[in-house]
This record gives sequence, C-alpha cells and structure tokens, in this order.
Amino acid sequence: MLATDTQTAAAPHAAHGKRVKMKATEVEVYYSEKRALNKINLDVREHEVTALIGPSGCGKSTFLRTMNRMNDVIDGCRMAGKILLDQQDIYDPNIDVVQLRARVGMVFQKPNPFPKSIYDNVAYGPRIHGLVRSREETDAVVQKSLERAGLWKEVKDRLHEGGTSLSGGQQQRLCIARAIAVDPEVILMDEPCSALDPIATAKIEELIDELRTNYTIVIVTHSMQQAARVSQRTAFFHLGDLVEVGDTAQIFTNPNDERTQGYITGRFG
Amino acid sequence: MSPSLVFLAIAALAVFGFFLGRRRVLAMEGTRIRASIHSLPSYYGYYMALWCIVPAAAVMALWFVVEPTIIEGLVLSAMPESYRAMSANQLTLVMADIRNFAYGNAGTRTPDPAIADAVRNYHGLHETGAWIVSIVGACLGVAGFAIGFWRINPQMRARNRVERFAIVVMIIASTIAVLTTVGIVGSLVFESMRFFTKYPVFDFLFGTQWSPQTAIRADQVGSSGAFGFIPLFTGSLLITVIAMFVAVPIGLLSAIYMSDYASPRLRSVAKPVLEVLAGIPTVVYGFFAALTVAPFVRDAGSAMGLDVASESALAAGVVMGIMIVPFVSSLADDVIHAVPQSLRHGAYGLGSTKSETIRQVVLPAALPGIVAAVMLAISRAIGETMIVAMAAGLAANLTFNPFAAVTTVTVQIASLLVGDQEFDSPKTLSAFALGLVLFVITLCLNIIALAVVRKYREKYD
Ligand SMILES: Nc1ncnc2c1ncn2[C@@H]1O[C@H](COP(=O)(O)OP(=O)(O)O)[C@@H](O)[C@H]1O
Ligand SMILES: [Mg+2]
Repeated sequence: MLATDTQTAAAPHAAHGKRVKMKATEVEVYYSEKRALNKINLDVREHEVTALIGPSGCGKSTFLRTMNRMNDVIDGCRMAGKILLDQQDIYDPNIDVVQLRARVGMVFQKPNPFPKSIYDNVAYGPRIHGLVRSREETDAVVQKSLERAGLWKEVKDRLHEGGTSLSGGQQQRLCIARAIAVDPEVILMDEPCSALDPIATAKIEELIDELRTNYTIVIVTHSMQQAARVSQRTAFFHLGDLVEVGDTAQIFTNPNDERTQGYITGRFG
Repeated sequence: MSPSLVFLAIAALAVFGFFLGRRRVLAMEGTRIRASIHSLPSYYGYYMALWCIVPAAAVMALWFVVEPTIIEGLVLSAMPESYRAMSANQLTLVMADIRNFAYGNAGTRTPDPAIADAVRNYHGLHETGAWIVSIVGACLGVAGFAIGFWRINPQMRARNRVERFAIVVMIIASTIAVLTTVGIVGSLVFESMRFFTKYPVFDFLFGTQWSPQTAIRADQVGSSGAFGFIPLFTGSLLITVIAMFVAVPIGLLSAIYMSDYASPRLRSVAKPVLEVLAGIPTVVYGFFAALTVAPFVRDAGSAMGLDVASESALAAGVVMGIMIVPFVSSLADDVIHAVPQSLRHGAYGLGSTKSETIRQVVLPAALPGIVAAVMLAISRAIGETMIVAMAAGLAANLTFNPFAAVTTVTVQIASLLVGDQEFDSPKTLSAFALGLVLFVITLCLNIIALAVVRKYREKYD
C-alpha cells in the first residue's frame, strides 16, 4: 500500500526537469510529547542547493536531521511520515542507518573536527566504510577530498598536524572534506557559517556553489543574504510549519505568503 | 570576665556595626541622589564590621598563642631557688605537675608547699591575663567600631577595601596550606637525613634485605637491622600492578557503559552506587581480602597444584583493585561525559556505529583525562596500607610471584611506628626515609599525569 504512494509521490522529474533526490512526505517530529514539525512536504532536487530559512526554533535543524536520521540519536525524539531517498524510504526497517549516513552526509553548525590529524580526520569515513584498501588509495581520497573542499593548498604540508590546530574556517572546510570523503550523494549543512568570520564565510559559500555540480545540498541558514547567494530553492519554516517553498529568486522578490514577506523584510524573526 | 564572652560581645557589636554602617552611608547621602555613593551600602556595613572585629580578634588570638609561655615563665621565676636550678627536662615535668594541680587532674595527691604556691600563682596570673586580654579586646572592638564609623562617607571606596581584605584572607589561607606542605616535607627530609647518618643511603636504596629489628638493649644478640628498600618497593609494585589489572579494565568499561550506553535512569542509579563502593572504609576491604579472597586464592591455587601462601600478593592486589574501581570509573566517566556531544554527532553523521564512535573518537578525545585518572589510581594504590597489611602479610620477600606473601612500603611504615618506639633508633627513623621515598614516587607519578594532561589538553578546546 505504501508502494502506490511512493510511485505517485516520487515522480522522478519535477517541473524544472531536475530529478527529485529526496522527498519528505507528511513529516512530523516530536520531542517527547512536544510536536516540533507539522506535516512537512518538501522535495529536494538533485544538484541544487536547497536553503531552509526561518526564525530560531522553527524546526529547521530538526527537519534537516530527519533527512539522515540523526534524530535517532536524540533521546525522546520520534518521527512520523516518510522520507524518500531515490524512491527508497529511509525509515524502512531494512535500511541500514550506517549506509544511509554514508550516502547523506552532514556538516554541523560548530566545526567539530575529531581530535586526530588532518589526514586522519579525512580518512576516518573511508576507513570505517571500507572504501579504501591501501595507503595509496587513502592518500588519493584524502587529497581529492581536501581539494574539493578547497583546503588542499593550505594544509598539504601539515597533514599530520591536529585538525583542531586549524582556524575556524579551515576547520569547517575540513569537516566538509571529511563529509565528502565518503562520497555521499547528499550533503546536509546546519548553519555551517554561523561560527565563522565574513571571509571564511565567503570561502565556504563559494565552495558550496562548486560542490553543487557533484552533490545535492541542503543548507540551513539564518542569513537571508546567504540563502539568496548560494541556493536555487528556498523553503521558509515558521513555528514548525513549512510555510512556503519555491525558487530562491521568487521567494525573495515575490513571496506568496505574508509570513514569508514579513520575515524577509525583517518585520519579525 | 571571660575573654570568650567579650569576644561574643564584640561579634554582636560587629553585626550591629554592619547595619549601622549601611544606614549611616545612606543617611549621610541624605537628600542627594543615591548614585553618588561609591559602593553598594552593604559594603559600608562590612567595612565597619571588619574594623570592629578584626583587630580585636587578632589580638585575642595572639594572646592565646603566647599565653602559656608567658605565664609559665612567670610562675617558674617566682618559685624557690631549688626549682630554678633544675634542668630543662625536669622543669617540664614540674610544670606539667603544676598544670595538673591547677586543673584538678592530679587525683587525691597533696602537692608539696612550693608546688601549691606555684599553683596559686598560676591561677592568679591566668586570671589577670584573662582580664587584660578581655579589656584590651573590648577596647579594640569599640575603637574599631568608632574608627569604622568615622571613616564612612559616600566617597570612600568601601567595596575595594572590603575586597582587598578578602584577598588578604585568601592569601593567608593558601599560605597556611603551602607552609603545612613545606613543613611536612621538611620534617620528612630532616628525619631521613638523621636516618642516613646511621645507615648508608646506598644500602637503603639498593639493599635487598629488609629486617628492621634492631637490638634495643646492648646485651641482645642477633638483630643488627637491615634496611634494604628493594623488597618493599617490589612488593608495592607487584600489588599495584595486580590492582591495576583489575581496576583499569573494570573501571574503564563500566565508565564507557555508563556514559554512552546506559539510559539516564540507569546511570542515575548506577553512578551513586559505584560511589558508595568508594566510601567503604579500606579496613572493611581488608577483612574481605584476608578472610575471603586470600583463602579462596590459596585453595584455588592448591587445587591447581600451585604453591600459594595463605597471605598472597594476588589476594591483596585483587581486593585493592576492586577498591579502586569506583575511583577509576567515576573519574573516567566524568571525562568521557565531558567529550563534546558534537564530536559524537560528527562521527554518527559520517555513518559510524556506536562502538566505532567510542573507540575511534570518544576515547582518544578523553585519553588525557583517562591517563590522569589511572595515574591518580596508581598513587592511591601505592599509598594504600590496610588491605595489604591484612591480606599480604609483613614478610619482606623479594619476589615477583603473585602467590607469595609480600609487604609494601606503607605497611612497613605502619608496623615500624605501631607501639612504643624510641624516636632516635634507626628502626623508627627508617620510617621517615620510607615515607620520603614514597612521597617522591607519588610526586613523580602526579607530575607525569599532569604533564600528559597538559600535552594533550591543548588539542581539544
Ligand atoms: N534535542 C531536543 N530536545 C527537545 N526539544 C528540542 C530538541 N531540539 C530541538 N528541540 C525543539 O524543537 C524546536 C525546533 O528546534 P530546532 O530544529 O533546533 O530549530 P531551528 O534549527 O530552526 O532553530 C524548538 O522548539 C526546540 O526547542
Ligand atoms: Mg538550528
């Protein structure tokens, strides 16, 4: 009975001709008994950056975490509804969370490099997933990931120094490299620049735009300028509701809902 | 008039001074705006209370320290010629006698007339002294009250002065702590030096024979005393190693379980229970070791055809390990719990399983704290006396066989000083030398632990 639902809901090609990579249907999340999200329906398109915006506490992070089941590790958190990754329900009991998270990677608000060397930070994921077999393969993956994260030039001579010895912006790019290293299909980013200065932020924004060619990206941000700069699609959350979703240009110039209008013009938030 | 009543009165005056000082500064401000008072009004209250009580209390405390010396000097100098000619040791005895009569501790003996006079004199002086100190204290209290009162005005920086006083108090407290440590170490070193004048340092540090029985009387034979440190050191080392083999795995695994696997409810029960284990007196572990574990080890050993002494290093070490488990697990649980949740989330976000996360991310991050916990546990094991005394015996065997009876540094210190001792025999003095070596070993361990923690701490926030 779910099957019919799946097929109609996940029509492979949406209006723009771009494939839908992830699809949330009627997603609700509860912390203990408190409901944090109300029936969210959202499509995330392949090779696009989707930005989630909205005032603090409206459930952006909560929604992002449902997409790679990071809510599973939070005590008392429960969810209803369905999330499809390439037509497959990620909450299906047959799904292995470990493999899911290898396909849907995550970058956190505060840079959180492991207390290991830069090299080992990047090599960590490929190693635990058995993606590399020899030292040469590991070296290659580490270099490629750091290059894609735009960090290679800065760290290639100090790969064996601690990851925490880098600056905040470099640490965040290291975390992005670490996520890329397991070759995910989707990368979730929860306010990845909120702990960074404007220059580091600009670098990461540039990076996000480049990463779009290889990955699908969902980014939570509290900065509307950032959403406008990096994303193709924007979803506006308010008090646990998904108020409006659309092309970024349309959301920022011509929103349909007056709550969206109020938020982007700074009347509340 | 009793000095303690006077002191209470001064304290009451100080409390009154607190309220008065607060009122006064507000009253002086009168119709002007409140904001022109430099500090919060209660600081003016504290200021006055301190003036009232500190000088008086200081003088009275000083008096109680020097009083006995002064009074005894006066009493002795008023005694007949025959007493004043006595040696210092005899005088100490006479003085003790006088004190006993003065406080009615002498039973039904009747003192001889000279002593009786001295006792009366003692009483008289004591009373006069109490009067003097009471009057001086009361005057200082009142004077301080007045000074505080006159000095208060809204421009005075009462907060800065009160806080400066608080700093002085803290400096005094830490000086006392430091001086005590220095004093203890100093006396250890000093007494050890005395020991080493009677017994060569080299023989002590590298001797393999420990038998501290020395001849007490010149006509005794046989016990010349051998103070070789090595057997005690190996005994301590052996028992500590056994204890660590028990305590570190159990403590660490239970810490990991409690911090990362147990539900919050289980944790909230299990952690206090483990901490109760830490509160059991070591003597109790001692019986347990001597009466249950040691016989068990012996019987199990003989069942396997091994020759096991009824007091064995193994029994003592195992029980000591159990004793240390809560220490390791509680400290390790704290450091593991302190590893930022964001690191765990980072690992989960990359698709790690729980055990991968713990082994490869959490434990490395917690390592410095864990090392420090283990080091502290080792210091604790080396310093432990009771369990070993009860379960491993007193025989100073130089062996690494866990089934043999051994003894440790601390047990020997205890047994050297139990009972009546002459304070200048090598036997007694050797206890100080052992104490000094033990202190140096524990100090080194603590320094290593600190260095490890520093080296790795900077890597994580
Ligand atoms: N771990 C949690 N436990 C309980 N409530 C939570 C937890 N995380 C978030 N919430 C609640 O869920 C709501 C949404 O939070 P969140 O998703 O963090 O919002 P946002 O990221 O948009 O600021 C908030 O009301 C918050 O208090
Ligand atoms: Mg958030």
